[in-house]
Amino acid sequence: MKHLISALVQNKPGVLAHAAGMFAARAFNIDSLAVGRTDDPTLSRMTIVVIGDDKVVEQVRKQLAKLVTVVKVQDFVGQDVVARDLMLLRVTAPVEKRLEILTLVELYNAKVVDICAKSVMVEVCGPEAKIESFIDSCRQYGIKSVVRTGTIAMPRTSKTVKV
Amino acid sequence: MSNKSPSSGTPAPEGTRKQGSQIIVDTLAEQGVDVMFGYLGGVVLPLFDKIYDSPIKFIIPRHEQGGCHMADAYARASGKPGVIIATSGPGATNLVTGLATAMMDSVPIVAITGQVRTDLIGNDAFQEADTTGITRPVTKHNVIIKDIKDLQKTIREAFYIATSGRPGPVLIDIPVDMQIAETEVVPPSKIKLPGYKVRTKGHARQIAVAAEAINASSKPVVYAGGGIIISNASNELRAFAEKAHLPVTTTFLGLGAFDQSKPESLDMLGMHGSAYANYAVQESDLLIAIGSRFEDRVTGKLKTFAPHAKIIHIDIDPASISKNVHVDIPVVGDAKTILTDLIEAVEYRQRDEWFALIAKWKKNHPFNYDRKADIVKPQYVIEELCRLTKGEAIITTGVGQHQMWSAQFYKYNHPRQFISSGGLGTMGFGLPAAIGAQVAMPDATVVDIDGDSSFNMTLTELSTAVQYELPIKIVLINNGYMGMVRQWQELFYGHRYSCSSLQNPDFAVLAEAFGAKGISVDKKENVTSALEEMLAAKGPCLVDFHVEREENVWPMVAAGKSLHEMDGLDIFESMA
Repeated sequence: MKHLISALVQNKPGVLAHAAGMFAARAFNIDSLAVGRTDDPTLSRMTIVVIGDDKVVEQVRKQLAKLVTVVKVQDFVGQDVVARDLMLLRVTAPVEKRLEILTLVELYNAKVVDICAKSVMVEVCGPEAKIESFIDSCRQYGIKSVVRTGTIAMPRTSKTVKV
Repeated sequence: MSNKSPSSGTPAPEGTRKQGSQIIVDTLAEQGVDVMFGYLGGVVLPLFDKIYDSPIKFIIPRHEQGGCHMADAYARASGKPGVIIATSGPGATNLVTGLATAMMDSVPIVAITGQVRTDLIGNDAFQEADTTGITRPVTKHNVIIKDIKDLQKTIREAFYIATSGRPGPVLIDIPVDMQIAETEVVPPSKIKLPGYKVRTKGHARQIAVAAEAINASSKPVVYAGGGIIISNASNELRAFAEKAHLPVTTTFLGLGAFDQSKPESLDMLGMHGSAYANYAVQESDLLIAIGSRFEDRVTGKLKTFAPHAKIIHIDIDPASISKNVHVDIPVVGDAKTILTDLIEAVEYRQRDEWFALIAKWKKNHPFNYDRKADIVKPQYVIEELCRLTKGEAIITTGVGQHQMWSAQFYKYNHPRQFISSGGLGTMGFGLPAAIGAQVAMPDATVVDIDGDSSFNMTLTELSTAVQYELPIKIVLINNGYMGMVRQWQELFYGHRYSCSSLQNPDFAVLAEAFGAKGISVDKKENVTSALEEMLAAKGPCLVDFHVEREENVWPMVAAGKSLHEMDGLDIFESMA
């Protein structure tokens, strides 16, 4: 089962290495890892997608929290979260197929960000399932390259209206 | 070593500028360091130039690994952090085994390594190694100093991190230019580490629930680990067991936490633990784990471990809780603090039936060996050593059969009396550990009970003992084998002794060559007199006991077996 774990860490050299090294040393199965600065320049946020049962994920959470440079760890299991993945995808787009592809892009609420003679680059943002589905839909045209950020997530508060 | 200037260590007035190397030495003194271990090298020369004028005592090992084990044992014996200094590259990589040993057994060490100049880092410079990268998994925390302004603060933080919470080694990698550069001296201030929280006080409600379970239990067992010793909670453990009337077994690293001469003591549990401890755990209805971590050598087959017991787990490391076994009542915090609270909440219960059963197991299945044999039995040597030292010596060991016999046949009554590599199982630990312990406890009788194979790995440190006139004693249980692997090859690989026998030097002659005293014993009737001569020796002394070559450690819970499925009990019975 996939779990989303969010860790607030100190924005210092070596912090990512501490976390990544710990995952490898303890044989945790990491699906994705996204890191970026927060509004506070001394802190970064790591969002980790872990595969494992509850016991494994609890260990991941505790072992992460144990790292000196990790400030706070949250497991989003059972919470209503907004989870997003950003993908750049270059797909072969010959002139005769271009309109078809553009329709697909529109259907997925995606965006064409670069066009050249033989291909287009598309930016897709959304939950993982949408990203996977877009990749599948593009396969028939020939995918040239895919880059993904990995999932980032934030819990909704109970008072927030779902949009 | 010169001890010229008493000035270092005294706080400098604010605004004073000093070189990094001087700041290191001053901050170590400020942290209460009075002895350190280490080895020279190119990029730590600026630091050693300041050590030349420092009042801090310095012990130079013959190999950085030995130095790290010395700092480790110094910490285990004294309760104070050990300090080890090494140069970059090979100096730092030689620390890895020592740091991993300390990490596994939660020993506070501050390691300082030199590094090549910051502008050379990453260039494969001479004696460059990615020290923080290499040591990351074997330290509690590590840092490389890239800005001289961080140096003093980082050293203070290192001591705090190493000694607080679940202790462990912390390494600071200091490029040589950071040792030479000058910066302003900063006074100590409150340590702020936003990601590092230590919880010492146990949750009141969890303690109440635990006390309730203890008061209701008719077959409880306390399973106490090294955490008791680290937390200096031996007195509290004893008071707790007395007040609630509980039998106590300890882990290997917990030996000494509880008085083994008490009827409530079940001695050590686990793979080579006592039959009575293992039976008691398997029969118990409540297991009270304190400062222990359900390691595989303790639990045997996890699925059938303590099958009838509810489990209370008291530990300072939240990550240790429910890692290996499901815990019913977790209490996170410091053992000493929690036990103090728990003592208040527990009641005395007679538990006659339970103690009668335990007494029966103790009577029927004591640790034993063939006492009538004419040949020198390793267990006999250790029993005699225990008798002659009145059970009061500090014992260090290597790893293997002799280590298990040292745990079984020497009886420990005091914490910090038994110093051995439990988690990592580091062969070669015994001799440098004895040196570190003797440095910490100059007046104690310190005996390294070692195996020939373990001893071979670090015996060069004999010259360190001789140089610093440290009167350590070495009881060598010499069977000419890597005894424990030979035992496994006998039991599980059809007596095929693949690569497990050694050709040894004459260890007594070797000891003499180093300037120590050397005695060789191959007859049973000479064991006692040789031990007496050894204990009476003023300086370091080694006795090479040529023991029964194929003696086995019993009882034994084979890999994959449940704790009560011990081999070798029939052998005990045939000897009774």
